[in-house]
Amino acid sequence: MNFLDFVVLISSMLAIAAYGAWHTRRHRNLNHYLRGDETVGWVTIGISVAATQASAITFISTPGQGYESGLDFVQNYFGMPLALILVAAVFLPIFRRLNVYTAYEYLGHRFDAKTRLLGAALFLVSRGLAAGITIYAPAIILSTVLGWRLDLTIILSGLLVIIYTVTGGSQAVTLTQKWQMAVIFGGMVAAFVILLIKLPTSLGDAFTVAGGFKKLDAVSFSFDVHRRYTFWTGVLGGLFLSLSYFGTDQSQVQRYLSGSSLRESRLGLMFNAVLKIPMQFFILLLGVMVFVFYQFEPPPVFFNQAAWHQAVQHDGDGKLRALQQQFAAAYARKEQLIYQWLEAKQAGDPQAEAQARAQALAALEQADGVRDEAKRVMQTDDPDVKSNDADYVFVTFILAHVPHGLIGLLIAAFFAAALQSKSAELSALGSTTTVDFYRHLLKREAGDAHYVRASKWFTFFWGLVALAFALFANLAENLIQAVNIVGSVFYGVVLALFLVAFFLKRVGGTAIFWAALAAQTLVFVLYFSLSISYLWYNFIGCAACVILSLMIQAALGPNRKSEPAAPAP
Amino acid sequence: MKSSEGDSPSVDASAAGDDEATGLPGFRTWRGVYVLVLASFVLWVVLLLALTISYS
Repeated sequence: MNFLDFVVLISSMLAIAAYGAWHTRRHRNLNHYLRGDETVGWVTIGISVAATQASAITFISTPGQGYESGLDFVQNYFGMPLALILVAAVFLPIFRRLNVYTAYEYLGHRFDAKTRLLGAALFLVSRGLAAGITIYAPAIILSTVLGWRLDLTIILSGLLVIIYTVTGGSQAVTLTQKWQMAVIFGGMVAAFVILLIKLPTSLGDAFTVAGGFKKLDAVSFSFDVHRRYTFWTGVLGGLFLSLSYFGTDQSQVQRYLSGSSLRESRLGLMFNAVLKIPMQFFILLLGVMVFVFYQFEPPPVFFNQAAWHQAVQHDGDGKLRALQQQFAAAYARKEQLIYQWLEAKQAGDPQAEAQARAQALAALEQADGVRDEAKRVMQTDDPDVKSNDADYVFVTFILAHVPHGLIGLLIAAFFAAALQSKSAELSALGSTTTVDFYRHLLKREAGDAHYVRASKWFTFFWGLVALAFALFANLAENLIQAVNIVGSVFYGVVLALFLVAFFLKRVGGTAIFWAALAAQTLVFVLYFSLSISYLWYNFIGCAACVILSLMIQAALGPNRKSEPAAPAP
Repeated sequence: MKSSEGDSPSVDASAAGDDEATGLPGFRTWRGVYVLVLASFVLWVVLLLALTISYS
């Protein structure tokens, strides 16, 4: 990065944060602070919902995923349209009609106070534990690649988001997210255009190469349980996860409740239901095109160049240097075969085309074999080195092949993505702590100004928790996995609380409360005693809670409380 | 201030908001909007499947 890049990066970040803080510096009441001025239109809500979901990892890692595995990850989002329709049709009208600030208030209306507190507590624990990762994960990648100090990167980006989120509340989050998304998509589209310009082949040939190397296999109807992404896992698993996330996670609920009407909130959700799959497809395709680009331009053996250079320096027996030479030779042979393949295609010789393609595939496997061997040697020399370098692919491409100025814009885009999801999380944590605990348990009759001040302090507190977590964290891959595990361990039970509330009128507060506690305990016990994939705990927690609530209610007898908010599905 | 647990309004969510106009030309009901969203999902799956088959 040069001076121009730093000017673009720093000015765009500070300008957006200052804009958000300045435009929302005065808040008349708690409603304004937690939900904005409720004049927000559906486009802004749609962008805000998308921005909250899309963290920096989305824009850094997803192209790397496309580079490594192609387009099949897009199937992960196949359940989202149906989930958003369910949220728009069932969850949202109830939340709006009851005029709640948090999703957990609804549990208080439908069941009782203790169930509301349980739902809010589960959210605070799971989201609070995850709070640091949205700052830490991009910071470790960007500081490694750019050579910045990790702690300063975390502190500066963390303080920036804390200042404008505390100052401006929910409205500042929405306002800044709009501009941050503009920076992100401006940067991503510019990167895509640069990439296409730099490709030495036509777009048709680029697709031929990508398809020939199995990078365009977007949809699979396979029933093979060992395949991670298929149409079926996407529709079923994606539906379940998206319903949990959009229907019960306050960081999302707060976004779409800021709409000026039910119509605006619904259309904002439908905006995401329509655009999420093409958006993820575009980001993955960007990664696939980076893959094609590196078939004609020598890639590094290991994309985390800082780790590679350090490993080479300590490579006493010269193994890594020898592997680097082998990789260069394999790459050169593969490039030659790809050109032969494309020439045969243009000449209309299917037999020669198939032969050259098979040889190119074999050469690719050989080059990948050398890469894998290099990773193995690096890990043998230093067990702390992460062998997965996919997260570094897109950043490495940007720094090496994108013009200055645009580099600054793209790095700004990554930081913008980190800030936009972080700000929504902090705002949601602050709101839930204020509304569901402080106002509900400690200070019921204070004025609005008091609650606004309290909410600012709680948001600030969660910001500090996130910063501390990010500063003291290490081993990014393990942490990301740990946060996903924490989410999966809690998400199932939280979703069950809402599903029972909506669809099982006969179950009352006492039954669901004890069922949720028992199901959560069961999930903890299973987690520490089984070795199944953590994703299963979403299903186990939800199913156990629903079944136990029915059993306990049956034992308790009919539920006598009226059901003010229970819908007929 | 907003309502709290003790004074929750009587809500029949079965009719919750479905009467509100969509404001979209050609779509008078929300059911029509949801069908459109599902149709766009199906269209995307078909397009992605076509891409998969074309270049496999």
